[in-house]
Amino acid sequence: MRKKTKGRIAFQIINYSILALLAALCLFPILNILAMSFSSATAVSAGKVSVFPVEFTASAYSYVMGKKEFWTSLIKSLERVLIGVPLSMVITIMTAYPLSKDNSQLRARSVYAWVFFFTMLFSGGLIPGYLLIQNLHMMDTIWALILPTTISVYNIVLMLNFFRNIPKELEEAALIDGANQFQTCFLIYVPCAKPSIATLTLFSFVTQWNSYFDGLIFSNFPSSYPLASYLYTVVVKRDLSTLSLDDFKLLTMVDDR
Amino acid sequence: MPKKTKQKSKYTLSHFKRELPLHLMLLPGLAIILIFSYVPMAGLIIAFQDFIPSKGMFGDQEWVGLKNFEYVFHLPGFGQAMKNTVIIAFWKIILGLVVPVIFALLLNEVRFIKFKKTVQTIVYLPYFLSWVVLGGIFLDILSPSTGIINQIITALGGKEIFFLGDNEYFRETLIVTDVWKNFGYGAIVYLAAILGIDTDLYEAAKIDGANRWRQTWHVTLPGMRMIIVLMMVLSLGNVLNAGFDQVFNFYCIYLGILFSGV
Repeated sequence: MRKKTKGRIAFQIINYSILALLAALCLFPILNILAMSFSSATAVSAGKVSVFPVEFTASAYSYVMGKKEFWTSLIKSLERVLIGVPLSMVITIMTAYPLSKDNSQLRARSVYAWVFFFTMLFSGGLIPGYLLIQNLHMMDTIWALILPTTISVYNIVLMLNFFRNIPKELEEAALIDGANQFQTCFLIYVPCAKPSIATLTLFSFVTQWNSYFDGLIFSNFPSSYPLASYLYTVVVKRDLSTLSLDDFKLLTMVDDR
Repeated sequence: MPKKTKQKSKYTLSHFKRELPLHLMLLPGLAIILIFSYVPMAGLIIAFQDFIPSKGMFGDQEWVGLKNFEYVFHLPGFGQAMKNTVIIAFWKIILGLVVPVIFALLLNEVRFIKFKKTVQTIVYLPYFLSWVVLGGIFLDILSPSTGIINQIITALGGKEIFFLGDNEYFRETLIVTDVWKNFGYGAIVYLAAILGIDTDLYEAAKIDGANRWRQTWHVTLPGMRMIIVLMMVLSLGNVLNAGFDQVFNFYCIYLGILFSGV
């Protein structure tokens, strides 16, 4: 059986310490900022906060909660996620299913696959993308945010690989029982791929929730910003034109830098 | 289902009928990708035009050849920007490949499942945060006066560093934070690849007298080769992008503070 040599034990100890250190490195900044958010401004600027809050206060949170823009942008973000994620998942599944077939079942498969893969390497970039949204009259609508990000080719590739791992016999049995391709896809394949669909839903949620840049450029008015874009304006323009004098005073209470 | 024949038969009506549902299923995805990816790509012709927006995207614009490119290449900051982009992208690609691979290999050696799961979850965490949020976080953490990192540096007797403002350190800060954010996510792909390696190969290596190092070198790494190459190719698409999101946030935050005079 496996014998534990001295070198092996030493390696294990070092290995565990390195991994624990890495985990701490990833967790620490997040804990630090969380502690700061619950600490008073004086404690933060004195640099006394590490992982636990000092002079506990929730004034930062009540400041944010009191802002009307926060709530409108939160609703915008929720709307985006609630429409965008299901739409994106349905289209991803419907695209990945035919692409997971052999060339013998779908002759044009490679052509389709290249059409999708090509967009992974090349894109039109910022200005043509902006002009397109403008020409489609989608500025300031939720669709400007949802539709361009509906398809992630990366997710499609993952999905079709999951579909390929499902035994072919299931599909053949379904077809013999008289199911058409749509039924095979949504009644046989989708239930079989539930775990991977859950993973991809999470990815898609994170993308939709976190993207801020499209919100910034596809909106003419700050009122149509999703949460991430609003957050960007808050973080970047801490005390520029968007803030009134009262706001500024409030802000110094929260953070006196 | 009709039995498949190996020989290439002609594309007939029956083929078309059988494949039609599959084509239909591809239609929505294809429509979206054509409109939102290929139309902007065609829109890149404006790079060769004296573009006047009021005439429309595919309107009657004046062609000027490579004049616009000439203009960009002669801008005073272009050389420096290009150099920065290449350096940042190069290190991001290299470290973004090496760190997750090593991390996955180390994690794979852990036998204590609970520890493994915990580490994996924690390390995965930063991936879910947007650069906007992380921009705010790093601004506080790397702040020269109140930031925890600089407090540690001064406590150890060093001089505080303005990571986000000093142009000596800005590139390094970008690279390190980018690797920090993404290595947990990358490691998941590599861990999956390691799990996919046939265990018989390890048995065979052991019988041939290979120790753990040699097993890793001769079995695990070659087993991951395909996925490493794939991830490398995919990351090459980002060379000239060099993480726009991240730079945009880190840089603008710094400028915002500068201009507000705080």
